[in-house]
Amino acid sequence: MAYLDHAATTPMLDEALEAYVATAREVGNASSLHAAGRRARRRVEESRERVAAVLGARPSEVIFTGGGTESDNLAVKGVFWARRAARADRNRVVSSAVEHHAVLDAVDWLAGHEGAEVGWLPVDAAGRLDPERLRAELAAHGDRVAVVTAMWANNEVGTVQPVAELAAVAAEHGVPFHTDAIQAVGQVPVDFAASGVSALTVTGHKLGGPTGVGALLLARDVAATPLLHGGGQERDVRSGTLDTAGIVAFAVAVEAAVKGQQEYAAHVAALRDELVERVRQAVPEVIFNGDPVDRLPGNAHFSFPGCEGDALLLLLDAQGIACSTGSACSAGVAQPSHVLLAMGADDDRARSSLRFTLGHTSTREDVDALIAALPAAVDRARRAAALRTPR
Amino acid sequence: MRVLAAMSGGVDSAVAAARAVQAGYDVTGVHLALARNPQTYRTGARGCCTLEDSRDARRAADVLGIPFYVWDMADRFHADVVDDFVAEYAAGRTPNPCLRCNEKIKFAAVLDRAVALGFDAVVTGHHARLGADGLLRRSVDPAKDQSYVLAVLTRAQLDRSIFPLGDSTKAEVRAEAARRGLAVADKPDSHDICFIADGDTRGFLAQRLGEAPGEVVDALTGAVVGSHSGAYQYTVGQRRGLHLDRPAPDGRPRYVLSITPVTNTVTVGPAEALEVDRVRAVRPVWTGGARPGGPIECEVQLRAHGDVVPATVSLDGDALHAELRRPVRGVAAGQAIVAYRPDPAGDVVLGSATISD
Ligand SMILES: Cc1ncc(COP(=O)(O)O)c(C=O)c1O
Repeated sequence: MAYLDHAATTPMLDEALEAYVATAREVGNASSLHAAGRRARRRVEESRERVAAVLGARPSEVIFTGGGTESDNLAVKGVFWARRAARADRNRVVSSAVEHHAVLDAVDWLAGHEGAEVGWLPVDAAGRLDPERLRAELAAHGDRVAVVTAMWANNEVGTVQPVAELAAVAAEHGVPFHTDAIQAVGQVPVDFAASGVSALTVTGHKLGGPTGVGALLLARDVAATPLLHGGGQERDVRSGTLDTAGIVAFAVAVEAAVKGQQEYAAHVAALRDELVERVRQAVPEVIFNGDPVDRLPGNAHFSFPGCEGDALLLLLDAQGIACSTGSACSAGVAQPSHVLLAMGADDDRARSSLRFTLGHTSTREDVDALIAALPAAVDRARRAAALRTPR
Repeated sequence: MRVLAAMSGGVDSAVAAARAVQAGYDVTGVHLALARNPQTYRTGARGCCTLEDSRDARRAADVLGIPFYVWDMADRFHADVVDDFVAEYAAGRTPNPCLRCNEKIKFAAVLDRAVALGFDAVVTGHHARLGADGLLRRSVDPAKDQSYVLAVLTRAQLDRSIFPLGDSTKAEVRAEAARRGLAVADKPDSHDICFIADGDTRGFLAQRLGEAPGEVVDALTGAVVGSHSGAYQYTVGQRRGLHLDRPAPDGRPRYVLSITPVTNTVTVGPAEALEVDRVRAVRPVWTGGARPGGPIECEVQLRAHGDVVPATVSLDGDALHAELRRPVRGVAAGQAIVAYRPDPAGDVVLGSATISD
């Protein structure tokens, strides 16, 4: 099998898996006062320090969560609620048109259920945000903005955003800035303090850690209203017995991914560039999407004119090649990607897209397998799409 | 051979896919998303188009270890089945949407796409036999036989279809599903029309066609005996719900004899007047052998699960004529007439056509 979907989830690193198993064998609730509890707590706190150290945060700024979706929801809703509670007219959220659904739907929910106003920031044809648009937005409404949220790197097209510049603009207006850095950590340099953001989401399963564990880095001076009420284990912002084994493995993976980032990126980007070049040779009409320079090293995203992405996916899957249309499903039915649409693509081009993402286990053989299968798949997908009645 | 198994989320299509796997085919499962808004379709264990059905289909595919995808056919389904259904009622006819769905969606849009993508055939859970001789026959389970709604398929469509369930009864299919660990084993059968959420066909039509009040006329006397709020609300042969103002002089029940959209009139009369011994139909499809040059003796069925009548059938260009050996009541335009040749190995579908009058 050629696994070209590392942005969906990437295999666990051996050292993370071993740390997980070893820790999961031990009993202990990190909140208990006896020896077993103290041991678990020590593992959690060591992990917190490790994560903080490699991501440029203080340990007290690390809140462990049940993954990226929870961290995003906590940042968006939690900071919105806290800031609006402090001042009732602060009910505007600023977000980007290309966010992952974990942010997008949280923002939409605030608009639909909490009466929040939303300012959506557009992107250019490469999927990039313009800090000047944020500056204009905040100049017009800054006083009423509860939170700004914009991702560090896009999960579909791989475009890396000018996060430090955006955060600096938000800081000028004293508005907390959250960034979903799930696709960025381990791929590009990420430093919480240096970037100037107030909140940052990271998740385990995109960087060699377990699924269902993540963190929100939250600056000490930013308040967030909890989503989950209970024992108050994490700074009273997040409740629930801590997943000691998951957290230990997560910290091992974050540390390995961040420390190995440069070497990893050089290797994977070279392989990715080869993939892009060979796809272009095999299918000359292909459109390469996203920013060619400010881009995640493992991401290659294309539109195949005259094809439907889901037909291509089916055909490649049958040849043992795993990739993604990148777009979310609504009721199991593929929708045209909101990211591509925001970048100005029309419906057909958005539906014709496919994402290939490389990771730490990728090899040249994976690329060979894709190139071997692609031309026939494109041919067939074209024939199938030609049957479609015009919409 | 690569085949595409259409999986509705019901027990039949799950077992059909399982048998295709067992027969050694390279099987890919596909669930057809037909609803523009799945919440508005029948919910609960109906085996058709809800989100729950989609999940059931996916779970069955996972149990079988085959790839599974959802294909969005909602636009085609709306244009070719739902809109057609409404237009047919508006034209005073009584359509069969399941038949139309087979003709236009499952064995057309889906099959064509499958072939373009490199599949050789489509597998479905219909109860009908289709053997090596290429003839479509009734299922061994007469109560579940679906050859009537498949009789519209052309030779080319049948050549790319596989119906693995025709030799089994429904009870056998359920037992096999349970044996194979398919959770849909005891899911209730689907009934009624999948796109009419509450089963209220009249309400559905009224919503789309609006109120169109008109007269109910007695066929014998020509007198106006009542009023209606839309002629499309009636089906030939219908007796209940006529709300006549005046009883018939002979005191006997009245039935809908015909619907005339141009004048928006519903004509009623006594039961005998419903009797028909000649049927004309259009757009014949003939798959049970060579197209006959002259009249042939066979049996015909005039509606789903309807009685079978001996008849003489002849084809004349784009028309089909049937002389029935005994009169039949309640023959509605828009339904299919299907001709069968009785056969101990399963009655053979000879051909079909759409009843015009
Ligand atoms: C950018 C981005 N945000 C959020 C998520 C959701 O994270 P998780 O799967 O940990 O809930 C993902 C991945 O699925 C992602 O790529």
